[in-house]
Amino acid sequence: MTEPTPPTGRGALARREARLAWSLLFPTIAAVALVVVLPLFAVFWISFKPVGLADLRPPTPMVRESLRTRGAVPELEYRLRNSSQDLEITDIFLSDTLPEGVSLTGALPDFCRLDGREITCRLDRMEGGYNERFRIAVTVAGDIEAAEAALEGSLPAIRGSSDNILTNATFTLDNFRRVFDGGEFLATLGVTLFYTVFGTIGAILLGLFSALLLNRSFRGQGILRGLYLFPYVAPIIAVAFAWVILFDPFSGSANALLVQMGVTTGPINFFGERPWALIMVTLFAMWGYFPLCFLFTLARLQSIETDMYEAADMDGASPFQKFRYLTLPMLLGILSVLFLLRFIWTFNKFDDIFLLTGGGAGTRTLTVAVYEQAFAVSNIGAGAAVAVVIFLCLLLFSLLFFRFLSREEGL
Amino acid sequence: MTALHRGYIAAPLIAAVWTFVIAITVAVAMSLVTGDAYRPSLTLSALCGAALGWAALALPGGRAVAGLCGAAVLGLTLAGTGPLVTEGAGPAGRLVAGALAGAGIGWPLAHILRAMPRGAMGRHEFEAAVIGLLSGIGYIFFTAIVVIPFYVMVMTSLKNQSELMLNPLDFSIDLSKGWALFRSYGELLTEFNFGLYLWTSFYVSVLTVLITLLFSVPGAYAVARLRFAGRAAFSRSILLIYMVPMIVLALPIYIAFSTTGLRNTILGIVLIYPVTTIPVALYMLQGYFRGLPAEVEEAGLMDGLNRLQVIWRITLPLSLPALASVALYVFMIAWNEFLLAFMLLDDPSKFTLTRGIASLNSSEIPRQHLMAGAVIATVPIMVIFLGLERFMTRGLTAGAVKG
Repeated sequence: MTEPTPPTGRGALARREARLAWSLLFPTIAAVALVVVLPLFAVFWISFKPVGLADLRPPTPMVRESLRTRGAVPELEYRLRNSSQDLEITDIFLSDTLPEGVSLTGALPDFCRLDGREITCRLDRMEGGYNERFRIAVTVAGDIEAAEAALEGSLPAIRGSSDNILTNATFTLDNFRRVFDGGEFLATLGVTLFYTVFGTIGAILLGLFSALLLNRSFRGQGILRGLYLFPYVAPIIAVAFAWVILFDPFSGSANALLVQMGVTTGPINFFGERPWALIMVTLFAMWGYFPLCFLFTLARLQSIETDMYEAADMDGASPFQKFRYLTLPMLLGILSVLFLLRFIWTFNKFDDIFLLTGGGAGTRTLTVAVYEQAFAVSNIGAGAAVAVVIFLCLLLFSLLFFRFLSREEGL
Repeated sequence: MTALHRGYIAAPLIAAVWTFVIAITVAVAMSLVTGDAYRPSLTLSALCGAALGWAALALPGGRAVAGLCGAAVLGLTLAGTGPLVTEGAGPAGRLVAGALAGAGIGWPLAHILRAMPRGAMGRHEFEAAVIGLLSGIGYIFFTAIVVIPFYVMVMTSLKNQSELMLNPLDFSIDLSKGWALFRSYGELLTEFNFGLYLWTSFYVSVLTVLITLLFSVPGAYAVARLRFAGRAAFSRSILLIYMVPMIVLALPIYIAFSTTGLRNTILGIVLIYPVTTIPVALYMLQGYFRGLPAEVEEAGLMDGLNRLQVIWRITLPLSLPALASVALYVFMIAWNEFLLAFMLLDDPSKFTLTRGIASLNSSEIPRQHLMAGAVIATVPIMVIFLGLERFMTRGLTAGAVKG
């Protein structure tokens, strides 16, 4: 009898379980790869391409066919055109069928052939802005109107191949040069950091304060808790416009209140002038995201054992001492996680500033710059270059995030 | 022991601060409701508050303090002076403002100063009073910053352009107008297609929830229960996806949709929304699945069910509350989503609500329409939120990922 040995490697059951796991995960992985990972690579690719918004529609050959009577002779006219003004199209192929009753008398252009009633044309290239007419004399048997109708009923088919700027091998560093050119980039980065750092810290402090307020049971506590979450639950677009209207320089209630109370003498254009606009969008970030910090801090506060506080009471600790030496250390974990998460999300935020100021008056953050470059200036390549810069910054933050998260339980 | 730790110094200081805070609060509230000019006075608040603070120390009981302070403030306000300056307000307005200020100053002040001795006091009494003051300020501050924007949003939608320009503070509602108050809503629903947008937003959100659950339930189960190489790395990298900013992804998605003709289609939106929510749903659900007892599932396996049947017959029924939380959370994200809708939809017949509101933001469209649109988008999500707050709060805590 041989010695019994424990099995090595993975058994059939374990392999089957792993297979099942991967097949259950496959749809998610596929979807995420398609919509997150692939676009990320695409952004890197595009950031090295000289591509504008207009290049997204590839150049195509166009044809228009008509039947005219010029003098006494009816003529068939083909008008060939390149849809792009500056890109060429190659290997153009056109085919058309002559309607019954129409027969050619004039000569076809030399790149076309007639085969029965079929006209086929091959053209090697159309340069950008190509636009030519070809007229061929014809005879029409019977009613010319009917022939025209028949002609319009059968449209000619045309196709060609063109060089797609997104897939060809032209690369450029212009996009990055554009991004880093001048002091503009540093200004944008500075605005982004101001917005991110103060928005994050403010939201966390407000969240902490409000959580401490509601960490006791009294009548109406539930109502207040629901109320304090409103800014987070409501659609951003709705509350952003409410802020814009509230702080409007001409008909905003906030300005009217401030003037009436004698705080300012004249109305302030809160979202339209420096440095107010940046301060206001940062305040908006604090306002909009303190509920999240509030919720998490409150959850953590309520899970702290009360024994500790009883012991502290026995030792004669004052309320501030209890906060400083008991509550705060217990909250440190959740607060640091919140800081990292909110820091990254505020850094990524686009909608808020876009809706409040559109990036004007000194509020252009990196994310707004992506939009501005890609859609306002129509330079998709430059937009992608900014996106790459954002992504690299985030990679840095994510490293931090992972180091802290592995130590922090509960999130 | 500093001078602050003496009752006759601390009490007037605290009372003065509190009086000023209440004066500001009542002035802002009355101005925003009536449109009349109410104004807090710093010097009068300080003097008045200090006097009340001293009086509070001298009086025996809390009820007496509250009564005296309330009556004093009410009387002063009626006389047209005191912490609250009421120029141009009628007697009725003064009465309401005085009563509010009196109650707002008297009762909390009695509460804050209840344990304060006249002379020297210990840390405990002092800190308790300061915390009382800070709590009072905190409740007022947070309630004000949350309520005011929503109040302005709703009230603006009920006014018209000329009323708004005339006095931006006048949010009083003329109830005699009846249904005419809701004119902007009617116009939005009839002329601006908002009925259609509501419906589009609704079914896009519901589809997003269904597709998200369809993808994330099996995935979450696999991560939570099944052993495979790379499980730990996988459950972590799910969160990494949330570090990627949407605007970075939106650019290539825009290009891809433009070239494939998916731009301007609801299909494109329904394809893209779930992908943004699947990872967070998966993360939330796997946490919940881990907490379920594995024995029940193993019993099911022993009785001859296969894994899929176990998920369907045992795990899912047990995790209905978690599914509700996730569904609500995903619904909220999809309902509120703006960026992708804004970039991918240009055709007014295919707008979602948020995209529809964005299209109202032009100088030609009066702002009450814009605000009515905002209210139309906010009310459904708020109703859902308030009705199912328990699930929603849990969803928010577990997910915490809206970006």
